[in-house]
Amino acid sequence: MKNSLNTEDTLENSGLTEEEQLLFSNARPRAYEPYPIKAVEDFANWARANSLWILAFGTGCGAIELRPLMTARFDANRFGVAGRPTPRQSSVFIIGGYASVKTLKRIIRSYEQMQGPKFVICLGICPINGGMYFDSYNTINQFDQYIPVDLYATGCMPRPEALVASIMALQKKIKAGECDGANRYVENFDWYKANQKKVIKNWDMPDYNW
Amino acid sequence: MIFDSMNEWLSKAGYFSLTLLIVTFYGLFVGALIERIIAKVQGRIGIPYSQPFINILKNFFKRTAISHGIMFYLGPVFRIAGGIGTLAFIPVIYGSEMFSNFSTAGDLFLVIYFMFFGQLGMALGAGESGHPYSAIGIARGLSQMTAYEVPFALAVISIVIQYDTLSLTEIVAAQQGGWQNWTVITNWVATLAAMLALLGMTGYSPFDIFLAPQEIPIGPPTEFHSAYLSLLQTNRALFGATKLILFMNLFFGGATGWGELMIKTFLIYMVAIVVGVAFPRFRVDQAIRFFFKIPTLIGVMSIIYAQMLLTA
Amino acid sequence: MNDLMERLQRDFGVDDITVRKPALTTFRVKKDSAETLIRELRDREGYTHLNFMTCIDYIEDGIFTLVYMLHNYDKKHSLGVHVDISRENEDMVSIHTLWAQAWTYQRELREMYGINFPGSPRLEEDFCLEGWDDIPPMRREFDTKEFSEQRFGHREGRHSEEPRDHMKVELYPNRGGDEK
Repeated sequence: MKNSLNTEDTLENSGLTEEEQLLFSNARPRAYEPYPIKAVEDFANWARANSLWILAFGTGCGAIELRPLMTARFDANRFGVAGRPTPRQSSVFIIGGYASVKTLKRIIRSYEQMQGPKFVICLGICPINGGMYFDSYNTINQFDQYIPVDLYATGCMPRPEALVASIMALQKKIKAGECDGANRYVENFDWYKANQKKVIKNWDMPDYNW
Repeated sequence: MIFDSMNEWLSKAGYFSLTLLIVTFYGLFVGALIERIIAKVQGRIGIPYSQPFINILKNFFKRTAISHGIMFYLGPVFRIAGGIGTLAFIPVIYGSEMFSNFSTAGDLFLVIYFMFFGQLGMALGAGESGHPYSAIGIARGLSQMTAYEVPFALAVISIVIQYDTLSLTEIVAAQQGGWQNWTVITNWVATLAAMLALLGMTGYSPFDIFLAPQEIPIGPPTEFHSAYLSLLQTNRALFGATKLILFMNLFFGGATGWGELMIKTFLIYMVAIVVGVAFPRFRVDQAIRFFFKIPTLIGVMSIIYAQMLLTA
Repeated sequence: MNDLMERLQRDFGVDDITVRKPALTTFRVKKDSAETLIRELRDREGYTHLNFMTCIDYIEDGIFTLVYMLHNYDKKHSLGVHVDISRENEDMVSIHTLWAQAWTYQRELREMYGINFPGSPRLEEDFCLEGWDDIPPMRREFDTKEFSEQRFGHREGRHSEEPRDHMKVELYPNRGGDEK
């Protein structure tokens, strides 16, 4: 079942075996255009900002601050934030703290399955410069070499109040139309992929997880 | 359906579109209202009233989407076709020329068929997506639906015996003239069986195993996203409101105005919610066993009761 | 306790017996008789619970010291059995036949230190590190900071503060940071 695109648009998928090559698509991702009429784009950004669905994947110690955020004291539902368990339906990926190499592979897999305008918030200092685990053989030091990041919330861990502030800052940024992480990922795809493959040695998944 | 002229058909279709719009908006609004009430019970503020609308708009404005094939694309289409089709044959406001929709002689069974049709189309679409969780969710959802259809069908047969007609408009007409004529008073056994089936129909606790996020991620709609999910969310509101209107017409006397309709359907929904917030979730085999025991028994007794009513 | 130690000294030649706490005694035994000793402790002396099994890296002496911690529920006493093995490619007898859970500890030691336990199940699989291509990382000749900088990079502008000096300035700013 060959792909019908021409070869400049296909990926190598060198990590897959022969039989698996037929099961996965080797098409390159494409950047999406904003709506041509500005009023429609502003309205769409307003809708996206007021209905942020977070992927319920607690990647590190930041997940422990997400739980109080959803409960009665710091209710995140009033901002339109809801947790979804599948990357297909969510638009925000919250990287909670450190990312070990094992988790980074799963983060990449989940991030590439998310759709449309998607945003990444990094919590804590570990994604910024390694944080407490700056000298560990297993955790990465600079997260935005692997996935484009829209917002950093520093702290170890940032409290739920800081998380609420970062959600409001992300909403403001989305309404201004400055959050184009998905397009940045596609435009610099080879650079991101080279960084990822430098760190993840057992790459047994397709090059782009559609 | 034989209409006298094209004009009549066009005007009915136009009025039906208006009904569709009003019922969808009402369904979304009631969803938000219920969420806020539950939030107040839990001591927090809850979602804004406009949240369900913004969710649908946000999903619609997603710029990328993945399709798994033709059936995947048709799954939500079948689902919303089932929803619209169900509403098309239920008289929404009794006695109003605008909002009576298309009613025929045997539309009660047609309505029940349409209710099942949407779920089946969804199952085909979710199966095409290839996600294992979708398949598990469909198996659970369909088996649970088969289970709660049994007491509901028995209650409906009991009503048909009692009123001697299969047309919804005539059933509503027989209940006019004061609250003593409502089915809940004259044939309370059938109403009891149907209200127990309503607990399973709304897809709320304790029978929400097939779409609970903690069980298997979301169940049948796992792979649906972007515009597909907008369709599914719209249908959820529309179909939910339609089921409540059907219940109102069958058991609680129908409505002669929009205000009466909204109050009655909201109260019927609150019965399911009040049970739901107090109970944890049943496992799927417990749920099926529940519906086959007491509610089916009550359904069978309701048929005997209706027969007694006729002969008495 | 003392006559247990005397018996072990006579039969197995243990040495370096240290009473660390009233409920904890450690001693050293030779590698060849280690498994027999542990088996006798489990079967006949009542030390039926394996708390854990770990490794200390003495790079200056060129040995790994494996530590088996056993516990006796009747006497409420723990014994730490120290076994020295060499640092270069040495095999150690596996004790997964004595306690089934030991295979997890042995997998970890195989991945982190490079000690082989022939016969232990699932030793070749990745335990924590996927796709690891360097020397076992818990060995002391592995420079983890340099590895991290080379593989993951280093972000400029990282600034660390000593908490004690920082709090001095915070709490006593007028005195220029002096304590009382």
